[in-house]
Amino acid sequence: MAGGQERILRRRIKSVESTKKITRAMELISATRVVKAQDRAAAARPYSEEITSVILDLVNAGAAKDHPLLRDNPDANTAAFIVVTSDRGLCGGYNSTVIRMAERELKARQEEGRDYSLIVVGTKGEQYFRFRNYRIDASFAGVADQPTYEDARRVAAAVRERFESGTLASVDLAFTRYLNSATQEAVVRRFLPLKVEDDGSAGTGANPVGDLEYEPSPDGILDEILPRYVESRIFSALLDASASEHAARQRAMKAATDNAEELKTKLTRIMNRARQDSITTEIMEIVGGAEALKNDKGGPEDLLLEHLTPEHLFAQHLDYLVHQPSAH
Amino acid sequence: MPMQVELVSPERILLSVEAIMVRARTLSGGDIAFLTGHAAFIGALATWRVDITPVDGAPLLAAVHGGFISINHDHVKILSDLAELADQVDVARAQAAADRAEAELGADAEDVAAGAALARAHARLRTAGVLV
Repeated sequence: MAGGQERILRRRIKSVESTKKITRAMELISATRVVKAQDRAAAARPYSEEITSVILDLVNAGAAKDHPLLRDNPDANTAAFIVVTSDRGLCGGYNSTVIRMAERELKARQEEGRDYSLIVVGTKGEQYFRFRNYRIDASFAGVADQPTYEDARRVAAAVRERFESGTLASVDLAFTRYLNSATQEAVVRRFLPLKVEDDGSAGTGANPVGDLEYEPSPDGILDEILPRYVESRIFSALLDASASEHAARQRAMKAATDNAEELKTKLTRIMNRARQDSITTEIMEIVGGAEALKNDKGGPEDLLLEHLTPEHLFAQHLDYLVHQPSAH
Repeated sequence: MPMQVELVSPERILLSVEAIMVRARTLSGGDIAFLTGHAAFIGALATWRVDITPVDGAPLLAAVHGGFISINHDHVKILSDLAELADQVDVARAQAAADRAEAELGADAEDVAAGAALARAHARLRTAGVLV
């Protein structure tokens, strides 16, 4: 029946409407989180820039290049991967992009006959790799949303010692780089052995006054500073990933809100048409019924109105009506 | 000309002031003070107190738990994973940590973790002015 269809549509519109409210709220929350995550990334930048410039100074000054974190491990046959994903879903292709990229890289390494070691940040990545029977050496949950330096330190600890002791040939870091609010890019970066590069952003731009003085010694400082550098690199990757996650979620939720809006318009249109249809059908039924009655009796005097004479409406004429023969 | 001093932790810049003098302790165990025009210098910091004499205002104290200090063209940068300004130190907690670490060291003098904890607690207490 037409009325039933209308009721079903009304219910669907209501549910789409409340879904839209939720996605809109999530979009707004993510928008503020992106800004916060960006602020955190910006606040963390001076430290990593400064530490990079100090290391550059040290390396330029000829500090030992065979530090365990800088040298290759030719005997090792294990490639480690740190994959940074999110803890929660509803963020579009954010997780699958970075996971796919890491998995491809990992398979390529396997084809070279190397073993792998997986370190996963975020429950989404953990679920993916666990489901596919990968061996996960360490996983960190509850980190991805708002990473702290302490989290970065724990992640760094999971690989540093094994690399220093020479059991890992390389460590790659797979995360999503935050370029701007519209563009985030999943990347796999060689992480260890460290390659200290001057990316132009480091340092004050001024050359040191004469020769640098070191205390205790360039090597001693390098020993202290490289582990910090590893942590700081992981920290900035985590911060980037967290900003990307929120940006991806914001975009996904915006798309969902738009879709809900579109669906609502479409459903409303269908519902109005259904309502109109049912009204038209009803009118048609009434008119059709009236026509049918008319055809049955034939003659305009069949219509009810024409039988209503003033006498019908006034009770005092009732007796008179009884004694008078009717029109037919 | 005063020096520009920045105390930087991995998460943010804790402090940025113009200062006349900065005093810190390096890993080799000696104090070192910097004045305007100091030669370029990089040093690894001990878990200790950093003393900054700003151009105006009272001396600033901060507890640093390891880290680095670099001086270049009168720019002093102090990088530390863990740094606290004097007013951020929780004295009661630091005192409790010191007592606990001392007790642990009493039981096992070789306990590295307890030794480090004691050093951290002492740096905090020194910064807060409880220890001198």
